[in-house]
Amino acid sequence: MSGIARAFARARSEGRAALLPYLMTGYPDADAAPEIALALERGGADILEIGMPFSDPLADGPTVQRAATASLAGGTTIAVCIETASRIRQQSAIPIVLMGYFNPIHRYGLERFFSHAARAGVEGLIVPDLPPEEAGEVRTIARHNGVDLIFLLAPTSTDARIRGAAEVAGGFVYCVSLTGVTGARASVAEGLEGFLGRVRRHTSLPLAVGFGISRPEHARQVAQVADGVVVASALIDLIDQTPPHARLDALEEYTRSLHDGARKDTPVPAGRIGGERSDDRLG
Amino acid sequence: MIQDRKYKDAQWQADEHGKWGRFGGRYVPETLIPALDELADAYAQLGDDPDFAAEFARLCAEYVGRPTPLYHARRLSEHAGGAQIYLKREDLAHTGAHKINNALGQGLLAKRMGKTRIIAETGAGQHGVASATVCAMLGLPCIVYMGEEDIERQKLNVYRMKLLGAEVRPVASGTRTLKDAINEAIRDWVTNVADTFYLIGSVVGPHPYPTMVRDFQSVIGTEARAQALEHTGVLPDMIVACVGGGSNAMGIFYPFVRDYDVRLVGVEAGGEGVDSSRHAATLVAGSFGVLHGASMYLLQDADGQVMGTHSVSAGLDYPGVGPEHSYLKETGRAEYTSVTDTEALEAFELLCRLEGIIPALETAHAVAEAVKRAREMTHDQVIIVNHSGRGDKDLGTIVGREDAEATL
Repeated sequence: MSGIARAFARARSEGRAALLPYLMTGYPDADAAPEIALALERGGADILEIGMPFSDPLADGPTVQRAATASLAGGTTIAVCIETASRIRQQSAIPIVLMGYFNPIHRYGLERFFSHAARAGVEGLIVPDLPPEEAGEVRTIARHNGVDLIFLLAPTSTDARIRGAAEVAGGFVYCVSLTGVTGARASVAEGLEGFLGRVRRHTSLPLAVGFGISRPEHARQVAQVADGVVVASALIDLIDQTPPHARLDALEEYTRSLHDGARKDTPVPAGRIGGERSDDRLG
Repeated sequence: MIQDRKYKDAQWQADEHGKWGRFGGRYVPETLIPALDELADAYAQLGDDPDFAAEFARLCAEYVGRPTPLYHARRLSEHAGGAQIYLKREDLAHTGAHKINNALGQGLLAKRMGKTRIIAETGAGQHGVASATVCAMLGLPCIVYMGEEDIERQKLNVYRMKLLGAEVRPVASGTRTLKDAINEAIRDWVTNVADTFYLIGSVVGPHPYPTMVRDFQSVIGTEARAQALEHTGVLPDMIVACVGGGSNAMGIFYPFVRDYDVRLVGVEAGGEGVDSSRHAATLVAGSFGVLHGASMYLLQDADGQVMGTHSVSAGLDYPGVGPEHSYLKETGRAEYTSVTDTEALEAFELLCRLEGIIPALETAHAVAEAVKRAREMTHDQVIIVNHSGRGDKDLGTIVGREDAEATL
């Protein structure tokens, strides 16, 4: 079982959704990522999403755009992102997923990227501008290097597209909660349950929900219908709003509130822990 | 013929995935893929719909003022001292540039698809003006994204868009130019995909946009081809057009693509020189990359970050280029070169003085290259320049530069 799968199984056994906080490499400054990662882990993160900045992040709202711009201005490259993942891995066993746009990854060289990322301990990759139909070669190389290529599905995805993505998806399915870009929102999008239900019919992979999830009460809502909660912009906003000396504590505390928020109202029966379909009446 | 063999395996139409060789495709967030499928289906249906073709043709004639003339620029030809230079006068189309052809086609399509809100991006403002114009005529609300830097250097067009009832939304992210306006328009589309039609202004973006925009613009080349035969009895020896994203060039190139004896020359913005970092010559100096939903030649740094570009003309100031142009370059069917700011400004003046035509600064790049090429050709040869737009919008830039020079 991969680290990603184990992390989802453990969260499930604890009656909650896994928490996947996001941090941008090189933000708020060049060396910040490893200690931020450890603070997020202390707060209860199950899987870390590490952003790789791009000059033209067309799926991102203002918050992540701003962080990417600042990170690039500080000299962050793909090599730096992989090196950052490696430094975090040396201090923690938490599963690491990289997230970034296709052009810098392609430019770095696909073979080179995946072999370096795998060696750094990276377990998954999310590329928001690489839908399954453009991912053929990338998927082959990812699989060869033991890295899960994680696809996104959206409320607009047709059943045929959900089925197609489910066939090729690795790690988990990243379900975009709304039609829009990343960024904190006041409430969780309506219709999420129906969308996730459609995805569930086609895959047994864990479903993580992201885009617009920023508060513990959002995490709680999402946890009732999904296996994982992704939080990104809210954490960047928190970094921006907190004086430097208080940042790590603030991030840890907020992550804990999200972690505690992401519990399922109806605990999973003991016999189904880990997602196994044992019949507990016979057990 | 040698050329027939050379292009034996060439594929002048995109495949079902919207690719010409390794260029094109759909590198966009999942949310947009169903909308692109819907658009591709709706666009494919137009091909079988005589009503649409008739409506487009009628509005081209009655509203846009097509066909635009093919004008023999005798004094310019004399000045060059070689080939005869003809200008395909897209500057005489309604709103003063070729952009209206595509805006009209997509606007009619949006209406048919029942979309109630139009968004567009603009660089120089010509596509924004064309979109605002068509939306006013069709009764659709129009929002135009425009980089803050472009708003500054194209004030007149901003005012025109507002007069026409469009909302101009300034874009402050990134380099604050066309590429960032496209990012912002895509973000809007992702958010409002159900009721919104994204009216892209060039042969860029995810499939089916590059094909669709080229088809709507190919009215230029279709007319020019017939007019050339009428004027001279033969096909031209060369077509010259400026290339930013590449819509006017694709529009005039495409109907000649299979006429292998006609040389196709695309002219990019050389800015302060292709050896400097301040230019926008993507096909001349770029490399394979992915931007705004398609793979193409791209100006990028060693780490795959998209580079800021520079050109005196806002309409050419773009670090990517259409995937079909990328393919025409790779197959050798078209050749691409660049012209500097200074050369373009000289050509701008030349055309004003010799022909009484004020070209757009974008167009001036093509004029400059045509004069160079004509010199090396014979008097019986013919060059057609796609005279893509008029230069009234650029007078602020010209005056600004003259003032700056005067104070030096």
